[in-house]
Amino acid sequence: MSQVAHGDVGAWEKTSRWVNRRRKWVFAAPAMIFVALLLVFPVVWTLYLSFTNSKGSVRAPFDFTGFENYFTVLTDTERFWPAVGRTAYFTGGALVFEVILGIAIALLLWKPFKGERLVRVAILLPLVATPVAVGMMWRLIFEPNIGFANEFLSWFGIPAQPWLSSPDTALSTLVFVDVWQWTPMVTLIILAGLTALPEEPDEAARVDGANWWQRLWYVTLPLLAPTITAAVVLRGIDALKTFDILYATKGKGGGSFHEVETLNIYAYGLSFDYNRYGQASTVLILFFLMIIGLIWILSLRKKAANK
Amino acid sequence: MTTKSLTIAGAPRRRKFPWPTFGRAVGLTAVVVTFVAPLAWMLLASFKTNVDIYDSSKMFAFLPTLDNYGTVFGQANYGAYIWNSFFVAFVATVLSLVLAVPAAYSMSRFVMGRSAMVVLLARIIPGVSLLVPWYFVFSQMRLVGSFAVLILSMMFVSLPLILYIMMSYFDSMPEELEEAAQVDGLTPIGAFLRITLPLSMPGVATAGILSFIFAWNNFMFALVLSGASTKTLPVAIFDFVGYASIDWGGLMAAAVIVTLPIMVIALFTQKYIVSGLTAGATKG
Repeated sequence: MSQVAHGDVGAWEKTSRWVNRRRKWVFAAPAMIFVALLLVFPVVWTLYLSFTNSKGSVRAPFDFTGFENYFTVLTDTERFWPAVGRTAYFTGGALVFEVILGIAIALLLWKPFKGERLVRVAILLPLVATPVAVGMMWRLIFEPNIGFANEFLSWFGIPAQPWLSSPDTALSTLVFVDVWQWTPMVTLIILAGLTALPEEPDEAARVDGANWWQRLWYVTLPLLAPTITAAVVLRGIDALKTFDILYATKGKGGGSFHEVETLNIYAYGLSFDYNRYGQASTVLILFFLMIIGLIWILSLRKKAANK
Repeated sequence: MTTKSLTIAGAPRRRKFPWPTFGRAVGLTAVVVTFVAPLAWMLLASFKTNVDIYDSSKMFAFLPTLDNYGTVFGQANYGAYIWNSFFVAFVATVLSLVLAVPAAYSMSRFVMGRSAMVVLLARIIPGVSLLVPWYFVFSQMRLVGSFAVLILSMMFVSLPLILYIMMSYFDSMPEELEEAAQVDGLTPIGAFLRITLPLSMPGVATAGILSFIFAWNNFMFALVLSGASTKTLPVAIFDFVGYASIDWGGLMAAAVIVTLPIMVIALFTQKYIVSGLTAGATKG
């Protein structure tokens, strides 16, 4: 009896020692296996599908067609290239405004003031709000006949705008919505960067007689450059992949004229509205390559800046 | 001349108008109004009848009604969707924490740069490119529409996020405490469980709250993978958008119901959320 118990303790100790010695992998393996199963397999599968003519039902047989999809997609000036253009326009526009406004608001909030808590809560609200609900909210505000946006303009004698309902203005209006929701994100990152800055350079510049603007432009912003780059990368990746507000305001296919159809919306439509999985996979692979390329360029610039 | 004589007369010296302070106050007010007003408008519209929403003379003065909320909970069956959303986000968060916190510890202490890169790739890749293969596999297994698949997909949102936040948290934690505990006879895993983990609870809370919010807000995965009985709130909101017309009052009430719980959580856990969102971004 006691011998069995003794043996158990030995086994337990052995296992314990084994587990402790290999804790690096015991800890990391479950998460990594999970991610590998749900990430690596899909990426490989998408790559494979992009060379096939899979469409219709997911159970339907399909053939290997080589680079046919890539040829079709890359010569498609009706849906693919306009979608690339819209993605660039949306992401570029959103990033420019979000970074400039985000830095401006962070500077406003930097030094302590009365009511700081209230302002900090106010900028946090858009950030946590459900994007689909945010899309619906702006859909009502930008409604040409009953929305508040045109009512607001009429107070200043400005004629009513079509906002989301016109193919010419819809994408720009959605850039505005994205800027409204995500500028606080940039502000928070920049604020964290500002608080971590050393005070000496600013003080030294002040002693040397630099005014507020000079200290900001020649001292604070250069010191903040790595933080700004981090904010641009984080926000840029998410802006490229924007889906929720576009789908919530314009529905399938980015509106009746595809006026807000970005690459992500296009790939989603190809997959789940048209069920053309092969072609959708090609678009996704090209989209993914573009994202990786952009990150690579940004990281090169960052390395150059660090030198 | 006149100013000089006034000063001599003993009147308080005229102070320069504080333009910087004034400008800052105006700027801050503009910021608060810009970010809060649209949300207030949504809340206001959710208490209006559809007739009042179409009447521009009743923009601010109207007779509030709870009818829209009646529709949302009655006809639209939102009670069930609230539960679905909560259940999926909660289970996904708990499971992700169990998997990701030890992994983050390992990757932080043993500096597993390449493994961490693979997981962070999950934050970069477009969700659609995962959905197609998932849909292929899960529909073969007839699992599309089940809670299990929905939770798995949300974990894919939560896990990289938690890993990212916890890695930067463990990076900033000194190793001396664990080493001291091991000198005192604890095994390395014992030291992690009894010393490091309890000390990193603020980080775990941060990661957990953010993961819950992101899973609750997630729309694309739920749109494809949820079924009639597992529908979550961001998908259910589309019930109020018809082909011909939109029930604006109901839609706004639904939007309020989706966002309100998240905002209440955000109000009480503001500090955690901010530290989580900016984790790792300031290291350069």
